[in-house]
Amino acid sequence: MRRLLFVVPALVFVAIAGFLAIGLTRDPSTLPSALLDRPAPDFALPPLPGRDDAGFARADLGGGPMLVNFFASWCVPCRIEHPIIDRLAEAGVTVHGINYKDKPEDALAWLAELGDPFARVGRDQDGRVGIDWGVYGVPETYVIDADGTIVHKHVGPLQPRDLERTILPLLESLKR
Amino acid sequence: MIAELGHFALVMALGLAIAQGSLPFLGAARHDLALMRLGSTAAVGQLACVTLALAALTNAYVTSDFSLLNVYENSHSAKPLLYKISGVWGNHEGSLVLWVWILALFGAAVALFGRNLPLPFKARTLAVQGLIGTGFLLFMLFTSNPFERLVPAPLDGTGLNPILQDPGLAFHPPMLYLGYVGLSVTFSFAMAALIEGRVDASWARWVRPWTLVAWVALTLGIALGSWWAYYELGWGGWWFWDPVENASFMPWLAATALLHSAIVVEKRDTLKSWTILLAILAFSLSLLGTFLVRSGVLTSVHAFAVDPSRGVFILALLVIAIGGSLAMFALRAPAMQPGGHFAPVSREGGLLLNNLLLATATATVLLGTLYPLALEVVGGAKISVGPPFFNATFVPLMLPLLLAVPIGATLAWKRGNLMGAFRRLRLAVAAALATMALYLVLVSPQSLGAALGFGLAVWLIGGSVTDLAARVGLLELAPGRTWQRLKGLPASAFAVTIAHAGLGVLIVGITASSTLQEERLLAMRPGETTTIGRYEVRFAGVDERQGPNYSALRATFETTSGGLPVATLHSEKRFFPVEGQPTTEAGIHTNLWRDLYFVLGDRTPDGAWAVRLYINPFVIWIWGGVGIMALGGLVSLLDRRLRVGAPTTAAARRGGRPDLPDPVGA
Repeated sequence: MRRLLFVVPALVFVAIAGFLAIGLTRDPSTLPSALLDRPAPDFALPPLPGRDDAGFARADLGGGPMLVNFFASWCVPCRIEHPIIDRLAEAGVTVHGINYKDKPEDALAWLAELGDPFARVGRDQDGRVGIDWGVYGVPETYVIDADGTIVHKHVGPLQPRDLERTILPLLESLKR
Repeated sequence: MIAELGHFALVMALGLAIAQGSLPFLGAARHDLALMRLGSTAAVGQLACVTLALAALTNAYVTSDFSLLNVYENSHSAKPLLYKISGVWGNHEGSLVLWVWILALFGAAVALFGRNLPLPFKARTLAVQGLIGTGFLLFMLFTSNPFERLVPAPLDGTGLNPILQDPGLAFHPPMLYLGYVGLSVTFSFAMAALIEGRVDASWARWVRPWTLVAWVALTLGIALGSWWAYYELGWGGWWFWDPVENASFMPWLAATALLHSAIVVEKRDTLKSWTILLAILAFSLSLLGTFLVRSGVLTSVHAFAVDPSRGVFILALLVIAIGGSLAMFALRAPAMQPGGHFAPVSREGGLLLNNLLLATATATVLLGTLYPLALEVVGGAKISVGPPFFNATFVPLMLPLLLAVPIGATLAWKRGNLMGAFRRLRLAVAAALATMALYLVLVSPQSLGAALGFGLAVWLIGGSVTDLAARVGLLELAPGRTWQRLKGLPASAFAVTIAHAGLGVLIVGITASSTLQEERLLAMRPGETTTIGRYEVRFAGVDERQGPNYSALRATFETTSGGLPVATLHSEKRFFPVEGQPTTEAGIHTNLWRDLYFVLGDRTPDGAWAVRLYINPFVIWIWGGVGIMALGGLVSLLDRRLRVGAPTTAAARRGGRPDLPDPVGA
């Protein structure tokens, strides 16, 4: 009986090791995102006054791969990311902007200063559309395919290596 | 070229580790002196090789050699020198080199300083140490080569995670590893004892200094990590029950239990198989921590990159090391003779209670850490077990432990007298009760928890001091006699007083910072003034500042109290363009009684700034208390008895064993 007691630690460890082995087969870093691989949510946003588009709505999505970028003039990382968005637009990628919780005049001044790479810009002043998209904070960038499905989400400022490693290869594969 | 030299040195180290892990076993079984002595030579050689590898890798970091994949992925030429060096262990491969280097360091230390160990025992200990080294060197060479080249070499690196670019975190991993890996020595001692089937007082005496070194390093390492989390993560908290924090805390709890149970083995020759089990468990929990951090089964701010092949390799290592040692324990430990009997109320009884509570606490933390994983495995939801679980389970286990500490330390061996102990501690009892009463009456009648915490702290500090005072006969004997008794006390007696009083100081910090914290969350415009506690805080505004490899928004807060200036605090939001990540630097002003802790948040669209203001009372006492505990461990290391040869060694020497030189200090 006393002998059995000495086996207990080994048995407990076997159980733990079993759980760890099964745990290894799972990837913990994928946050369950309800929106990935689903059609983008419905929305219709007013334009920034003075910008020559009619706002940005769900109907503008689709027809080809494109990016949707949430930005704001008060957000420092957006400023850092902006040259990259410019570069993407120059390379012929369609990028739409959603101006998140911002004052229209600030946003326009910001775009005037840094350049305006966006095909369309919608004004999400109360952040309601951001909630539907599941925005954690700005900037965030979504990759949309030709059917209007969200295929990828990037949180935080885009960096050159994100373009090279993820965004550009993904857009390339969506074109085919 | 230097990198290839480093790689080659690692291969050499592996060869030496394999020799160290096999030949001394053979030598000990055949009484072959040359083979047994080979263990020491191999251990020193292994240290030399791994040192070379570590130096080669550090050189690559300092000279920004981006032709190494590891340097490219974790460094950048514009990084300050300190973080280039600390970048060596700020990633999986490099930290593994550090891990193995410290392992080799301990192996060589046993080889060089373990002169009073009988040769067969020393040979077996070093052989087990060699086996551990073999496992980790194989792991490194097969799955995590730090010297992998990158062709063509990029122009610059991708940088180190900015939250790791911090002086506190530069020294946290080496200290922590010193603790983790130091426990490998006690593990090897335990395995050698199981192989020989013999555990006695001299074994306990040999193990003690190694356990102490590991414990002190682990204690300081955890404290550094918690201090870093406090000022860097910007939440005003200092412990988050994060899986990786728990991974370092579990070995600490087990090592603390081991320190105490080894005393019982040393003095009373009992609790032997339990002590062996603790030695195995302490290192096993270190290994488990390594697995949790590196395999990617759990997510955490501290975890390294996920790689399944590494996970499988470490799990195999875990199964061999932990499974093997526990199987050995199941086979050999029952044969060990239980030692002398003791009454429940005795020093042994007190230490046993300490062990039971610490072991249960370790199991609780283990459960809380692995439960989310287990739930996911059996098909349940993704959950995380947070502070509420640990507060509800861990804290109730600690209360009786803390209550018992001063009593246990006062009781006599074999059969103690509870009433006598209380009589000896009557001043401490009175002080603790008075503290609780005063707190409830004068400060706040509702906060029973805070009163209990402060009472416990006074009980611990007062109990340690009054016990020491009673031992030397303070106020009862003539001052000269007291002085003589004081000089006659062994260092370990002071160590107990210091460590237990440090625990009390820690409890003051924990109680005050968790029950009396004041917090204000508000939006402020530049020029506005608000109040928190007895301080007026003026938000002077935000300016931009350029750091060596980041740009920052810096807020200035001018703090006054009753019109008198207290401090000007700067809180920053830093952005690291290379890494593309922001960090928050809280503005902190510390004195003995409180920390002012101000955090700058986001700018709101209308031009105000979100700010979080905290007053964290007594928070510095937390790290001060832990530091005092570690000091107690260091004082205990000075104890002369640890350096004097143990009784069996003397007997062996009389037997004319040629292989045993004079023990140091005898």
